[in-house]
Amino acid sequence: MTGSREKVLARVRAALSDVPRGEAAEDVAVPRGYRRAHGQGPALDLLVDRLEDYRALVRRVPASGVGEAVAEALRRRGAVRVAAPADAPQEWFASCPAEVVRDAPLGGGPPLGVAELDAVDGVVTGCSVAVAETGTIVLDTGEHQGRRALTLVPDYHLCVVRARQVVDSVPEAVARLSPSLPQTWISGPSATSDIELQRVEGVHGPRTLEVLIAE
Amino acid sequence: MSSTFIGMPSFPAAARQAVQDAQLRHNLRKATHTIRGKRGEVVGELDDWAELRDAGRAIKDRTLRHLDRYLEQLEEQATGAGATVHWAADAEEANAIVTRLVRATGEREVVKVKSMATQEIGLNEALAQAGITAYETDLAELIVQLSDDFPSHILVPAIHRNRAEIREIFARRMAEWGVPAPDGLGDDPRELAEAARVHLREKFLTAKVAVSGANFAVAETGSLVVLESEGNGRMCLTLPETLISVVGIEKLVPTWADLEVFMQLLPRSSTGERMNPYSSVWTGATPGDGPQDVHLVLLDNGRTDTLADRVGRQALRCIRCSACLNICPVYERSGGHSYGSVYPGPIGAVLTPQLRGVQGSMEASLPYASSLCGACYEVCPVAIDIPEILVHLRERVASGPGHAAERAAMAAAETVLGDHRLLHMAQRAASAARGAVPRRLPGPGAGWTDTRDIPDIPPRPFRDWWREHEKERARGGGSGDAGGRTEHEGGDR
Ligand code: SF4
Repeated sequence: MTGSREKVLARVRAALSDVPRGEAAEDVAVPRGYRRAHGQGPALDLLVDRLEDYRALVRRVPASGVGEAVAEALRRRGAVRVAAPADAPQEWFASCPAEVVRDAPLGGGPPLGVAELDAVDGVVTGCSVAVAETGTIVLDTGEHQGRRALTLVPDYHLCVVRARQVVDSVPEAVARLSPSLPQTWISGPSATSDIELQRVEGVHGPRTLEVLIAE
Repeated sequence: MSSTFIGMPSFPAAARQAVQDAQLRHNLRKATHTIRGKRGEVVGELDDWAELRDAGRAIKDRTLRHLDRYLEQLEEQATGAGATVHWAADAEEANAIVTRLVRATGEREVVKVKSMATQEIGLNEALAQAGITAYETDLAELIVQLSDDFPSHILVPAIHRNRAEIREIFARRMAEWGVPAPDGLGDDPRELAEAARVHLREKFLTAKVAVSGANFAVAETGSLVVLESEGNGRMCLTLPETLISVVGIEKLVPTWADLEVFMQLLPRSSTGERMNPYSSVWTGATPGDGPQDVHLVLLDNGRTDTLADRVGRQALRCIRCSACLNICPVYERSGGHSYGSVYPGPIGAVLTPQLRGVQGSMEASLPYASSLCGACYEVCPVAIDIPEILVHLRERVASGPGHAAERAAMAAAETVLGDHRLLHMAQRAASAARGAVPRRLPGPGAGWTDTRDIPDIPPRPFRDWWREHEKERARGGGSGDAGGRTEHEGGDR
């Protein structure tokens, strides 16, 4: 394999014989005249608008009312068993009508198997960052989020977003995120338009995304 | 059937067939116009689109001009994060590497998330030869795979199929590949998607090995990024134990922060969404989460030849958004298959002849599969001047042996001249672009223009002039009859 490495790199260098020897990558100017954010409105309002545009269910609740809102959402959904990350706050589930199955902490004990995740009625997690302009929620396996599979296999995802986690724009989100953590950027429920361009929610991943914004 | 497009007829022959297919034309028109409209809206939302495009272009240029450095940096970072990096000079080598890696796991099946690079190298066929079955998991790719077909669009590969055809394909073929379609399957898209969900879910929940591509690879951090909609990407990227990503060497961006540009440019240009439903980012292996055996295969396969061409190099900036397909009047009528490769439309017309050379008749005809109207350049989020490369490649074809250029040009001209609408469009396009016409012709035409200028292209086609003229006459109290007729003609142009 080393042979090919050298071969490809040699070809790249040969192909770039027109690039002056002294030129450093940084010498190629990148104009960054684009905006850090677009000022399209107050972040929380915008986030709600964008999420609804993706047909996610959204509710704004006071920070002290998350437990009640989770309970209500799960009741409406008819969820009997839900999965949650090991470190999801207990108060989220204080008045929860469903049985809560906690995953093992990352790297501590065997995690919930795929079959178990397939059998629950939904999953409740927090998030890392939410982007108002695009209605994107980013999970990075950090606090209150658990492993990636947790939010993938169940058909219903209830996500708690705290107001301080909301940024205006993609550049602001990228700046807050750490590349060393695996990330899932979620912008609305799983969707396909492959058949005659008609939008269908599915095929894989949760078909219903519900977001509670805690202010 | 092989899906590597070997032995396809040249563009004019393929296009001639396609323009006769009314269903295909209808589907394509609807698809391209719909996506185009959505794209226009969400691009319009950002008042700094021009600046983002400038940045996107420059970041990719910086990467390409110093690609050796960035490749080495990516390798170092990815390796440090627990991935194993492989280098593949060509398709054969890439296929051999992936086959060997799959064999080492002892598995006989792999799930795949849409990857044009693996289509380009014919990976599925190579794996099949080794007794390994590759399952495409993108809904459209599944449709294409089950029907032994070729994809026809970068973004909506099965756009040439309607719901009745898809129902038929599912009912007939799913059982051979796994979970069969339910009895009495109807043709409602919702029902069809549900059948695909059930069919593929079994694969996802049991697969031990996945093969993916990547939209971006970040040199600074060793991270890979995949954008998708359905969640099949997330399934492939997180549930299996082994993950093998085949990534073209042009997919690099220098820094983590550069993603802030491309995560805005790509979804908006591509599906016309503010953001695609799912994006996955991973850096090597994460203990306790996702695949622990992670591989990255860096693929050349003709890219360095493209890099060596100072005019053609810019084609490597392409982020495969498909905006140029959706705007192209030639693509809209000829469809993706006519381009004879996994890269259809305007970008295919410049990329395929560069990756494969212009010796073949298909490759030689592609630079002529265009009216040079320039719309593709306008919409391209990384400002690839496709018309410039087309003209440049025509020159290369023309200077090749025989009169390949003339043959290709004449054949392409026949397609256009044979259809009065195409002809009219080409004329309009030529008029719009007349400022860009050189005073001297390149290649074999040079002798002719050494002693004379190319005649001016009239500011508008004669037919447009005539229609205006007739309207004037009608307004000026001329024959109402003539006015009425031109009106009618105009409505359908
Ligand atoms: S050439 Fe430009 S417009 Fe066409 S697919 Fe590539 S990035 Fe998109």
